[in-house]
Amino acid sequence: MRLLLRRDLVCQQAVELVTDYLEGALSRRARRRFEAHLAGCPHCTEYLAQMRETIRLTGRLEPEDLTPQQRDEFVELYRRWRSEQE
Amino acid sequence: MEADGDLLLRLRAGDERAFVTLVERYQEQMLRLATSFVPSRAVAEEVVQDTWLALLRGLDAFEGRSSLKTWLFSILVNQARTTGSREHRSVPVADPEPAVDPARFDASGSWADPPEHWVEAVESRVEAGKLADCIRELMDELPARQREVVILRDVEEMSSEEVCSVLAISDGNQRVLLHRGRSRLRQLFEDAFGGVR
Repeated sequence: MRLLLRRDLVCQQAVELVTDYLEGALSRRARRRFEAHLAGCPHCTEYLAQMRETIRLTGRLEPEDLTPQQRDEFVELYRRWRSEQE
Repeated sequence: MEADGDLLLRLRAGDERAFVTLVERYQEQMLRLATSFVPSRAVAEEVVQDTWLALLRGLDAFEGRSSLKTWLFSILVNQARTTGSREHRSVPVADPEPAVDPARFDASGSWADPPEHWVEAVESRVEAGKLADCIRELMDELPARQREVVILRDVEEMSSEEVCSVLAISDGNQRVLLHRGRSRLRQLFEDAFGGVR
């Protein structure tokens, strides 16, 4: 790892660091090197933006509504459990 | 949106509607997660039902040391593992799987075939209602282990610690699976929406 960090990053290495970067899991040194690469590389900057957008889109998924039948089944499950309690 | 903690209080007080609200909130991703452990959708549905029953039965004993969501998904994964015939190997991490197809880089490791723009296209080309279905379809294309982590981290927005605890995996594995899952999903978005200028 050390040896690798002495050189400048290339794009193929930078894309493998994106998650560690977003997770805050890079050392300060590795982070600086990653950001230095981004500053000179529009493609990797775009790539990072796309990874962020991927996370954002996934996070926007809202649960699907239950069908009326499913809803009835769960109400029944609940009532069955309640009656076991008594 | 009512907080899980408030729903838990109402549930303990015997409020049936609080139960239905919780089911509505987590059912879909629970089912998606269970599906990756068991052989069929029908079995996954059973696992999810058993999980809800286990939650109700455990209500009194639940001490709230973890969040309700973490507890719920932990029960689910345990039930699914017990039921599942699928071997759940713990070593996906050794096989190398690059975030981006190596053919897209030149010999020096620089982009030869750079990422196509797709971010703007997603919103303009897909109706809001259909976007969710599209994201669901793309997520279903992920390998099971990666999908599990992406669901918990990025859909359910759990912390990495919570995900490690729910899936009983190490932090290192969690991060590798997250990286591969997100990277693959990014590629799927590019495949679906890229190439429009």
